[in-house]
Amino acid sequence: FGKMLTSITNVLRACVQKNVSLHLSLFSLQHGRKCDLHKLEEGPATQVVMTRDEGLQYYRVMQTMRRMELKADQLYKQKIIRGFCHLYDGQEACAVGIEASINLTDHLITAYRAHGYTYTRGGTVKEIMAELTGRRGGIAKGKGGSMHMYCKHFYGGNGIVGAQVPLGAGVALACKYQGNNELCVCLYGDGAANQGQIFETYNMAALWKLPVIFICENNRYGMGTSVERAAASTDYYKRGEFIPGLRVDGMDVLCVREAARFAADHCRSGKGPILMELQTYRYHGHSMSDPGVSYRTREEIQEVRSKSDPISMLKDRLLSNNMASVEELKEIDVEVRKEIEDAAQYATTDPEPPLEELCNHIFSNNPPLEVRGTNPWAKLKSVS
Amino acid sequence: MATSLRSLLRSGKNAVFLVARRGFQRSAPAGVQVTVRDALNQAMDEELERDERVFLMGEEVAQYDGAYKVSRGLWKKYGDKRIIDTPISEMGFAGIAVGAAMAGLRPICEFMTFNFSMQAIDQVINSAAKTYYMSAGLQPVPIVFRGPNGASAGVAAQHSQCFAAWYAHCPGLKVVSPWNSEDAKGLLKSAIRDDNPVVFLENELMYGVPFEMSEDSQSKDFTIPIGKAKIERQGNHVTLVSHSRFVGHCLDAAAVLAKEGIECEVINLRTIRPMDVESIETSVMKTNHLVTVEGGWPQFGVGAEICARVMEGSAFNFLDAPVTRVTGVDIPMPYAKILEDHSLPQVKDIIFSVKKTLNV
Repeated sequence: FGKMLTSITNVLRACVQKNVSLHLSLFSLQHGRKCDLHKLEEGPATQVVMTRDEGLQYYRVMQTMRRMELKADQLYKQKIIRGFCHLYDGQEACAVGIEASINLTDHLITAYRAHGYTYTRGGTVKEIMAELTGRRGGIAKGKGGSMHMYCKHFYGGNGIVGAQVPLGAGVALACKYQGNNELCVCLYGDGAANQGQIFETYNMAALWKLPVIFICENNRYGMGTSVERAAASTDYYKRGEFIPGLRVDGMDVLCVREAARFAADHCRSGKGPILMELQTYRYHGHSMSDPGVSYRTREEIQEVRSKSDPISMLKDRLLSNNMASVEELKEIDVEVRKEIEDAAQYATTDPEPPLEELCNHIFSNNPPLEVRGTNPWAKLKSVS
Repeated sequence: MATSLRSLLRSGKNAVFLVARRGFQRSAPAGVQVTVRDALNQAMDEELERDERVFLMGEEVAQYDGAYKVSRGLWKKYGDKRIIDTPISEMGFAGIAVGAAMAGLRPICEFMTFNFSMQAIDQVINSAAKTYYMSAGLQPVPIVFRGPNGASAGVAAQHSQCFAAWYAHCPGLKVVSPWNSEDAKGLLKSAIRDDNPVVFLENELMYGVPFEMSEDSQSKDFTIPIGKAKIERQGNHVTLVSHSRFVGHCLDAAAVLAKEGIECEVINLRTIRPMDVESIETSVMKTNHLVTVEGGWPQFGVGAEICARVMEGSAFNFLDAPVTRVTGVDIPMPYAKILEDHSLPQVKDIIFSVKKTLNV
């Protein structure tokens, strides 16, 4: 209760300083089944404060991510986006909740379902969409595509399942080494959880007390394989064995935020790694090549949409607690829609990268070199 | 009898184009159009039926019918024991497959793409390829590693690499790279029946392409020998050697060049290791000019090996010009379409290279 009072006081103080309207609400998070603990005496806070500003911000960000993914779906069907495209709609609360609990100076890495994280980490919708359409204004200049987007303290966007986990621990090692009190959030899915390299990473992270938060986004299916068919144990939060773990409802942005806050405190206090499982759901199939209904029922998808949609849940909270009006939220929707439309317009009209770019960025900090083209007479130029 | 070939890519990723092919080596009296995907499916089906020690394991091969639908219908027919869905654990399940091969079974281990085989490459090389040698003949490893290899369309750097050169570097492995449906079926059957580890490199863009298959090839005992190349087109002026998808590009280039009076002999390697150098040499001794075409990177690649072998052998003195290698550009695969298009050999690159080699 004391902690709660302190946070309310802080918020009030901040509000007064910023001259913003004092409107906050106390939320009581459902606990028990929804927050399972492994090798932990206590878990994240279950009585939390969300201010009006926070609520509106979470709403806006989630809605932006949702609309951006749906637009990507559209553009893919029009063949303007090609190759692989793994959409994040349904899982927004994870990215938003996590980012709300860490700083931009912290680090984050994930797998290929990465558009949402690219946004929360600081990428703009414009540069994300232009990357999807392979244009020069893309966040990776069109050279990376859907699975390979990067920005400051965001290490992608990784195509090889599980490979990002040791990378994340390595980032954490660098943080500890440099003594900068930063941590790394390292995400992977239920499918990746069966990768050996993850267990190797758990061992080393625990041994060396690396400041890494391992987060398993369990959306119940690894491509077409349900968790029951892939894992001898589906308690992903326990898989770290000697690493403390917790499992929370990944559809509730406040649950995610509180759990991530708890995890971040754990890391920053020098206790070493911690593992978090977020129970979440993806509406789309694994990728745009997967209809997503051969291994699960439409009824299941519909049920999650109607009962656990992260954006709807937040909206209900805001409305029923008089933290926002219907019109206000509608206005945000309109603004978001416009932002996405503008970004899509940009992404479809921006030119493709120039051919001179083809061979650049092979090496860093290197004198220019000659690159062989498709035949011995094609001598191409590469600069750093 | 002229055979017309329609290349229709069902994945819908590429444009449809029509190629009329003349002068086929063998005309099929009663042929049927079969896609590469279906040919592979037939091969596995027939071998699963023929030998109960054969089984298939990999990600999404069973209930999903295969990530690229190559194993469609097999789980329904053969069940859980013979068609096994694995978790995403390449190093683990590749090792498990090799172990099963050591103990008397004949596994087909599928990698969803060969890019993911890098996670398991130790098992392929150290556990599969070298064991018969290390055991002085005591322990064979009759396993097939198969899956799509090389570039697809728009899948970017981590999903587009060609592993032909990497695997072909290793003694103890056989490395096969089919082009058309007959290749796919005959070579896969041979690979499964071979008592040695075979790396079977398919191509995702070829899965949906239909080819005419001869009546012979529809027999359940139809196999194509590993280690023997095929002359797809006869010619006198220049030899084009290629494997997998680029065989088609070579034939397209040959058709265009024929109009200008340049007759290309197109060799479909079919097997990378052991390579049929003799067929290449015989052809070079006739044409005096050699151009190799591949999708992989140039350095230490298939073309580089061909150059070395030709130089070391009897055909060297018949060359009127250095061998030309046409390869992928020496960069990671970019995503943007314009860049990707310029990262791989186009038909025009082959035509250009042929003319430069012939000095015309």
